[in-house]
Amino acid sequence: MAEIAFRLNGTLTTASIDRPTVTFLDWLRETRGLTGTKEGCNEGDCGACTVMVSDERGSRALNGCILFMPQIAGKSVRTVEGIASPDGDLHPVQQEMIAHHGSQCGFCTPGFVVSMATAHANGRTDFDDQLAGNLCRCTGYAPIIRAAEAAADQPVPEWMQDDPPGAAPLNSDMMASPDSADALAAWYVDHPDATLVAGATDIGLWVTKGMRDLGPVAFLGGVRDLATISVDDDEVRIGATATLTDAWPEIAALHPSFGELIRRYASTQIRNAATIGGNIANGSPIGDSPPALIALGATLHLRRGDTRRSISLESFFIEYGKQDIQPGEFVEAVSFPRQPDRLKCYKLSKRFDQDISAVCGCFNITISGGTVADARIAFGGMAGIPARATHVEAALQGREWNRKTIDAALAGFARDFTPLTDMRASAEYRLRSAENMLIRYFEEDMAGAPISVLGVSA
Amino acid sequence: MSVSRPLPHDAARLHVTGQARYVDDIPSPAGTLHLAFGLSEITHGRITHLDLDPVRQAPGVKCVLVADDLPAANDVSPSAHDEPLLSTGSVHYVGQPIFLVVAASHQQARRAARMAVIDYAEEPAILTIDEALAADSRFENGPVEWATGDADQAIRDADHQLSRSLTMGGQEHFYLEGQAALAWPQEGGDMLVNTSTQHPTEIQHKVAEALGVPMHAVRVETRRMGGGFGGKESQGNALAVACAVAARATGRPCKMRYDRDDDMVITGKRHDFRIDYTVGYDEDGRIRGVFFEQFARCGWAMDLSLPVADRAMLHSDNAYHIENMRITSHRLKTNTQSATAYRGFGGPQGMLGIERVLDDVAFALGRDPLDVRRRNFYPSASAGSVPATTHYGMPVEDFVLDDICDRLAASSDYAARRQAVRDWNAANPILKKGIALTPVKFGISFTLTHLNQAGALVHVYQDGSIHLNHGGTEMGQGLFQKVAQVAAARFGVDLSMIKITATDTAKVPNTSATAASSGSDLNGMAVRIACDTIRDRLASFLAERHQAEAADVIFRDGQVHVGAESYPFATVINEAYMARISLSATGYYKTPKITWDRIRGRGRPFFYFAYGASVSEVVIDTLTGENRILRTDILHDAGASLNPALDIGQVEGAYVQGAGWLTMEELVWDDAGRLRTHAPSTYKIPACSDRPDDFRVTLYEMENREDTIYRSKAVGEPPFMHGISVLMALSDAVAACGSGGLYPDLDAPATPEQLLTAIERQRAAS
Repeated sequence: MAEIAFRLNGTLTTASIDRPTVTFLDWLRETRGLTGTKEGCNEGDCGACTVMVSDERGSRALNGCILFMPQIAGKSVRTVEGIASPDGDLHPVQQEMIAHHGSQCGFCTPGFVVSMATAHANGRTDFDDQLAGNLCRCTGYAPIIRAAEAAADQPVPEWMQDDPPGAAPLNSDMMASPDSADALAAWYVDHPDATLVAGATDIGLWVTKGMRDLGPVAFLGGVRDLATISVDDDEVRIGATATLTDAWPEIAALHPSFGELIRRYASTQIRNAATIGGNIANGSPIGDSPPALIALGATLHLRRGDTRRSISLESFFIEYGKQDIQPGEFVEAVSFPRQPDRLKCYKLSKRFDQDISAVCGCFNITISGGTVADARIAFGGMAGIPARATHVEAALQGREWNRKTIDAALAGFARDFTPLTDMRASAEYRLRSAENMLIRYFEEDMAGAPISVLGVSA
Repeated sequence: MSVSRPLPHDAARLHVTGQARYVDDIPSPAGTLHLAFGLSEITHGRITHLDLDPVRQAPGVKCVLVADDLPAANDVSPSAHDEPLLSTGSVHYVGQPIFLVVAASHQQARRAARMAVIDYAEEPAILTIDEALAADSRFENGPVEWATGDADQAIRDADHQLSRSLTMGGQEHFYLEGQAALAWPQEGGDMLVNTSTQHPTEIQHKVAEALGVPMHAVRVETRRMGGGFGGKESQGNALAVACAVAARATGRPCKMRYDRDDDMVITGKRHDFRIDYTVGYDEDGRIRGVFFEQFARCGWAMDLSLPVADRAMLHSDNAYHIENMRITSHRLKTNTQSATAYRGFGGPQGMLGIERVLDDVAFALGRDPLDVRRRNFYPSASAGSVPATTHYGMPVEDFVLDDICDRLAASSDYAARRQAVRDWNAANPILKKGIALTPVKFGISFTLTHLNQAGALVHVYQDGSIHLNHGGTEMGQGLFQKVAQVAAARFGVDLSMIKITATDTAKVPNTSATAASSGSDLNGMAVRIACDTIRDRLASFLAERHQAEAADVIFRDGQVHVGAESYPFATVINEAYMARISLSATGYYKTPKITWDRIRGRGRPFFYFAYGASVSEVVIDTLTGENRILRTDILHDAGASLNPALDIGQVEGAYVQGAGWLTMEELVWDDAGRLRTHAPSTYKIPACSDRPDDFRVTLYEMENREDTIYRSKAVGEPPFMHGISVLMALSDAVAACGSGGLYPDLDAPATPEQLLTAIERQRAAS
């Protein structure tokens, strides 16, 4: 058993859990009996379980269904029951949802209300992005956005102020919550079979869908020295537990197209939890950050105990399900050199927001004196691992930067990749759209602007 | 008056504060057990060995039930008794329930359900339309055929002919609340069931059958659903019956809810269709004759497939008067989930068929599709004119699409924007725009005539507060509020005086599913009749007491007016109670005028039609097929709306859902018959940013010519088919990639991949 202390809807609360993978949603609904927060999909894709989690770094929306109880230790959490005042006064987003007919069946509504209240608290008005992780099947979203807009200028109610209690370490046979990279390194050497949980956006599904017992678990939320992002004249270094939300503005400032890729990476709730290190370390062939980082020439920094090594990011991915990492070794950071921005990232999926890429192509092509000085092109979704398009790169290298060169290079894709057919796309489509991404890169370069349906209006 | 006001949903405050209670939110009584099904892992075959010991030994498991353990009927079918709750030895799709785990917790039940060791003797599976045709695997003995005129001759005689084929995918309902039920054993073997269903009476019926008890021993209560869309018309039967039989077996309350993946794997979806068409048309765009061959993939059990396929046939005319039409409908049996009701109930599939024909003809003639559509419209209703009849012999007496299209084309600036789209396309080689205006004419009534009846129960308490109950269920559409508005209007009281209570088979019996868009039409009328019964008693009582005519007693503004005097409603009620006047009444309504012979395909299946039209403008990326809706204008006919805010909400939501069906929502089964898109990670319904940037919805305010509740019209399903304008606009954009010689021939869903394929066909041909 372990005791998890946190603030719930303003009240200090302690929860007893018998395993580290009890989800906050299950605890809320089944143990605490607060049923306003809903289970819609149990995998972080629908947002019906959205809760607001606050700590010294601010407030963020998270999916309660894939949020393990130890992850909220020491934090303040608000569920839909805590968005209105204790006296029943409605929050502006609640009032406007009623006034604008933003609920129909009402099942997604608690999640929307919490996402909206969190965005409201943070002063965010990019509602399509803030609410991309909340699905509604009834309304077509229009009245929800009207409600969000109507609430935007109203003040944040005073009852939304929270005072996170701060966490005590949770160290037992079954779990650890190290507070530094050194502590993590020492513990992990002693527990090399343990599972490291940062945001739990992937591991959460091992539990909720795979119904796996994880064994010992280390929660990395308290390892703040792994979450730092530094930008100097030579390189950008992103700590492994920096979330996508943390990294987004830093990356967007240097490489806007990578920033746009992150905007479309899953949803607000997922980006608030998911880490750059996790997106790399889980070895997925369809994670969106590795292709972009590989195209930028990224280096991966690994650590086991006090031993550190650095490898090129692309060499980390050996084959599907196999990475260059040893028991007890973990990702400490990823870095890439400062460079003029020539990076374009193209994410292709059935839905623009919160969808896993069928193909994610990242192109970093430097032109000097009308010829290709350097080409680094990396893809997700085209192979069992994130991988470079080496034949295409070679076909561009040193050539004149014109459409003829592009057309000649297209044949390289079929040599570089033999993609799969699955539920997201056929092999043929993957290959063809990958080729077309190179054409787009060239055409955008000529036009000096993105060519995207996202930039068009009626 | 409370009707026609844009009031919020009755539960809006409960929704936004998290207090609205769904089945899984009901506090479970102590000792409640939780259920999960063990599922077939193969498509088709016989179970040769079933080892459930590992399941029984799993933590928390109380018992495991198989078919032989069931007390009475083993059937959850809403139609043909062909859908066992638990397999009797054969399995027919991946996901079919084989055994039932009863455990102490939901998670324990789910875990244990995966631990069975099952051996199968596999048999060949039929997955596709072509495989089903080859094997003659179908429901009913053969295809159903309806005809009017002589389509074959008319096609031959026309100036031009063309033939093509259109496939359209199914659709997962993706109600945000998954299926759920809770059964509470009562004294004497009775059972109380709380369930998320559109059809409490059917749940009552199936639970009674399964327990071997009369229907009076089963009471079903449904307060609300977290979305239904047709997916809770029959698909909740299995959970409610499972809970009831497990509750009977254990003597404990039993609850079951599907995990999302299980829900998507087990339950039926919209029928996917292929429609082959041959059309004969004249140079001026007038269609002389059409032959449709419709192929519906119905899955493994009959469920509601026959009326779904019928409704596809019934909507094969949509807005067009086609004097020679022949339709052959194949209801194909496949080893997949049993396809079921989904908003529109086959209507969208049939309608998409004819809209595709119109688009194809317009392209072939090089004309604006709107012109060709309008040329083929039914004649407008006007005094003294003889209405044209549909291909099933129903006069179209209320046709208003000429006016709707005139107004919509003007308000949306359709003609100028069509030209602007052309100009834009000429300047943009990689991105292309498209625009389309499509009409909807949708028939309102259950095609199974006897279902068009409803009941209500109204009590007025001594303090003047009113308890309202009816047979309809609330799934988000706002039915309860609309019906409460009717009751408040009849009594002339404030809406706050009305308590809307959960649908309950013990209060109103023998109800029909809340389906076919009929909820407010049927239940609104039944409630009006019940209220009027009480009101008439009150009027007679007051007339006698005050020496006035009953007809002069007026209920308005919380007062009852008798001549020059007025009395507070509550006072009148209390006096009526003291005078021993009954303050409770039932109401009963049946839809007039309808008759239908589904075998011959003749009659008047619909009381009336609901109309509307939409204009969608889209943009596509010719390098990837990515696409977006830029602007949408809709003018929709909800009659004299009972609540314009709720009706606009239905239209907006239906449009986005319809657009999702035809664009990003793709169901993918692999070669082994496994559904690969069984979670929102892989099955993509529209998200927030997929709604049109510019979204303008207006109601066409015109009273229903038929005597419906306050002359309103049904609004649940008809606007779903406005999504068709998105597919047609995408087709228009694809056509802009070519030189005009090749029809885009775009199938649905028009995913980026489908679009890129169609774009490349254009590029190859030009």
